[in-house]
Amino acid sequence: MIAEVVAAGLQLLVVALGAPLLVGVLRTLKARLVGRRGPRPWQPYADLRKLLGKEAVVSTTASWVFRATPFVLVATILVSALIVPVLVARPPLAFAGNIILLVYLFMLATFFLALAGLDAGSAFGGMGASREVAVAALAEPTIIVAVLALALRADTIDLGRIVERFGREPWLAANPAHLLAFAAFFIVMLAETGRLPVDNPATHLELTMIHEAMVLEYSGRYLALVEWAAAMKFFLFMTLLANLFVPWGLASSAGPGSILLGLTALGGKLAVLTVAVAVLETSVAKLRLFRVPELLAGSFALAFLSLMAVILVQ
Amino acid sequence: MHGLVYGLAALVGIAAAALGGYGMVGGAGSVRLPWLVPLGGLELTLDPLGGFFLALIGAAAVPASIHAMGATPGERRDRFTYLAFVLSMCVVPLAANTMTFAITWELMSIASYFLVLHDRESKSSVYAGWVYAVMTHAGLACLLAGMLLLGAWTGSPRFEDWRAAAPALTGAARNGAFVLLALGFAGKAGVIPLHVWLPLAHPAAPSHVSALMSGVMIKLGVYGLVRVSLDWLGIGPPWWGVAILIAGAASAVIGVLYALVDHDLKRLLAFHSIENIGIILLGIGSAVVFRTADQPTLALLGLTAALYHTVNHAAFKALLFLGAGAVVHATGTRNMEAMGGLVKRMPWTAACFFVGSASIAALPPFNGFVSEWLTFVALFQNRHLAAVGLNLVFILGIASLALTGGLAMACFVKAFGITFLALPRSDAAASAVEAPVAMRLAMVMLAAACVGLGLGPTLVVPVFGAVASSVLGVAAAPVTLGDWLTLRMAGGYASLSTIAIAIALGGALLVPLVALPLARASRRTREYETWGCGRIVQTARMEYTATAFANPFKRVFDFFYRPIKRLDIEFHPESRFFVERIEYENPTRSIFHDWLYRPALDLLRAGTRAAGALQSGSPNLYLAYILAALLLMLVLT
Repeated sequence: MIAEVVAAGLQLLVVALGAPLLVGVLRTLKARLVGRRGPRPWQPYADLRKLLGKEAVVSTTASWVFRATPFVLVATILVSALIVPVLVARPPLAFAGNIILLVYLFMLATFFLALAGLDAGSAFGGMGASREVAVAALAEPTIIVAVLALALRADTIDLGRIVERFGREPWLAANPAHLLAFAAFFIVMLAETGRLPVDNPATHLELTMIHEAMVLEYSGRYLALVEWAAAMKFFLFMTLLANLFVPWGLASSAGPGSILLGLTALGGKLAVLTVAVAVLETSVAKLRLFRVPELLAGSFALAFLSLMAVILVQ
Repeated sequence: MHGLVYGLAALVGIAAAALGGYGMVGGAGSVRLPWLVPLGGLELTLDPLGGFFLALIGAAAVPASIHAMGATPGERRDRFTYLAFVLSMCVVPLAANTMTFAITWELMSIASYFLVLHDRESKSSVYAGWVYAVMTHAGLACLLAGMLLLGAWTGSPRFEDWRAAAPALTGAARNGAFVLLALGFAGKAGVIPLHVWLPLAHPAAPSHVSALMSGVMIKLGVYGLVRVSLDWLGIGPPWWGVAILIAGAASAVIGVLYALVDHDLKRLLAFHSIENIGIILLGIGSAVVFRTADQPTLALLGLTAALYHTVNHAAFKALLFLGAGAVVHATGTRNMEAMGGLVKRMPWTAACFFVGSASIAALPPFNGFVSEWLTFVALFQNRHLAAVGLNLVFILGIASLALTGGLAMACFVKAFGITFLALPRSDAAASAVEAPVAMRLAMVMLAAACVGLGLGPTLVVPVFGAVASSVLGVAAAPVTLGDWLTLRMAGGYASLSTIAIAIALGGALLVPLVALPLARASRRTREYETWGCGRIVQTARMEYTATAFANPFKRVFDFFYRPIKRLDIEFHPESRFFVERIEYENPTRSIFHDWLYRPALDLLRAGTRAAGALQSGSPNLYLAYILAALLLMLVLT
């Protein structure tokens, strides 16, 4: 029992503290790939600290929604971190609602963030909110169907049990459906976390941005919380990609040895994925906003094909 | 005087809820008055399914009636019609034979028709009433035809006898009866493409009536569909379930798509009723398919999910309609583009509407999430079906449910954000005041129901499960219950505990509150105006509008909306660089209106015109008709 609580705490810490590092490493890598020296990987920590020290400015137009949103965001993502198998295969809150809950928790975060975007009454906030919810709504079917392609083979929709089953019976993954679902989920990950080619996290150009426009009114500690939550969401999506599709190495018990192994495996898998994202982000241009739905429709088609492959192979 | 009648309606609601609850837990009873009406007489029977819907109607009538007490005299003037509406709705689920059913069903339709015609001066209300009357009577015609045919084939007008006799009927007879009855009930439920009356009629009625129409009256269509597909006609062929699933998937997605581009607050909610009926049908459809595939426990899961969503939708839709009613009461408009900033002027209404929005968007841990979760899990059980075609239909259902969830979230960001947040977009919104106590009380009651139904699924699922198992005739439970108020599926397939989520969310909210001081974060906050690229004053005209908010969806789904762009610019006569007047319109077109109803109405009109030639007005010709008819009968007999 105590080991499990410690493991859960450790998992939260890894997500909470590792998320800025992941973002930092990605930025450094991207800079190196285009020939710049770029910031050091731990720059995001310094950014967060700077933001925490600054005065927050809140619009006189805004209501309680605006002030509550950063806290709700962080809370939602932290709860999600207890559902995703990050270090251990059986995360502590896995029993509370599995993948459907995870998808809808992310929607809860988007719901609050989009409302906060509208709250200050700025046109940018509304524009960002409208685009963000459009992308989130179109991405949702892909996530559900892609995960169902895994769940159907593992005979459960419990994330922990899916991971365990694939870990025990690796031949289940030897199916074209696995690759197709991975590709679909990867595209959705880019869309949901605001990466290229859907959104450019490095720009503040008003007319093209999505996430940055929505949070334009935030400053000081509120902005720090919002940025931290965004980094954790990115971390969780990358972890989902890593651990759902390549579950090997994940700790099956809460012992210190297996946790250490889980941490190392996670680090390795995330490193590979980060390099992939960095290469992708430096080699593609941002899509026009109204081309994004085509990309998402494509990812849905991949997920659907994957599910059909599972059903037909059975 | 007004208060008295609405108080009476609330009492009727309490009594109905109590009687329905008694029926749900297995209490049975029946009343038979053969002398009262011809063709079998009046016959009422209480059974678990009827009790379930009776309790639902009663429970929704209480807050609606309380809300009405706070309404303006104009809004609540049709008080006796309202009482008749509530009473007739209560009797429908108890009706036990064709005659009783037809009379109460028609009473309910007529009462609601007069309530839709509330604003008799307005042309749009009259049109809404007309469309409603036509559609509801077309539905009644289907229902009566189906019931009378069934009565003739089984030799009895009593529903009880159909259950025994229906399995012995030929396949064609059962299919025919199914199609007629399902069409009639689907029309009442507002299933696509029979939905056209719903977005017209619901907003036209006063808000406490809209709440009941959307919350419970259309549920009687669901009640009928459950009876037809799972009860009266016995176990049907798989295509019944497939048809219900496809209708459900289409209604869910199309309903929410229409809601996204509609900026009339009450019409938006009416479109969401179509969406939620679609979600309920996904549950019912899966139950029908599983039952045919000889998987009774899975059928139980699907039906339980559908019943749960029926209750949840009644709670949050009534709440949202009452919230919209409070907003309309305060601002005098239903147009969202003229609202804004109400969160500060109407904090109670805003908070309740927020709970309703989160519930209908299926956000955890509110009630909509629990029933959508159950529906998802029921649809995921397609793994137990062998046929690839059936699997495809289920995947279609899963994908459309997921898309619906995302779009509903987007739509309620719009509905709440544009209505309640930012600066007021009109003088009426700027001078709005909080709703009267009665309205607030009604909304708080329903908000509490949304939270309670969300946090306590383990308390209600066994009850709904018992109703479902009485319909299906299987003695089992849809899910098992575990610690932490957890719903569990066999074999660790899935589990859900909203109370654990709520506690975890509450605990996690403390994390930033504790972490910020620990990280020595600055506590200074300055209130300042919104950043606006250097302009001087912020006005409501700079805010994002509902139209703009919905525009990405309009462009993504333009093959469905088929929007028309009308741009009319008047230039200054001296120079084209000065614009005197600019008019921009970007309306969408309804494919159902253009491709289904318009051609059908044209055909009908052409037919009546052709038939009109027979009626020349000459008595001699009419005498000739009589003679011809007489001769024909003599020849034929």
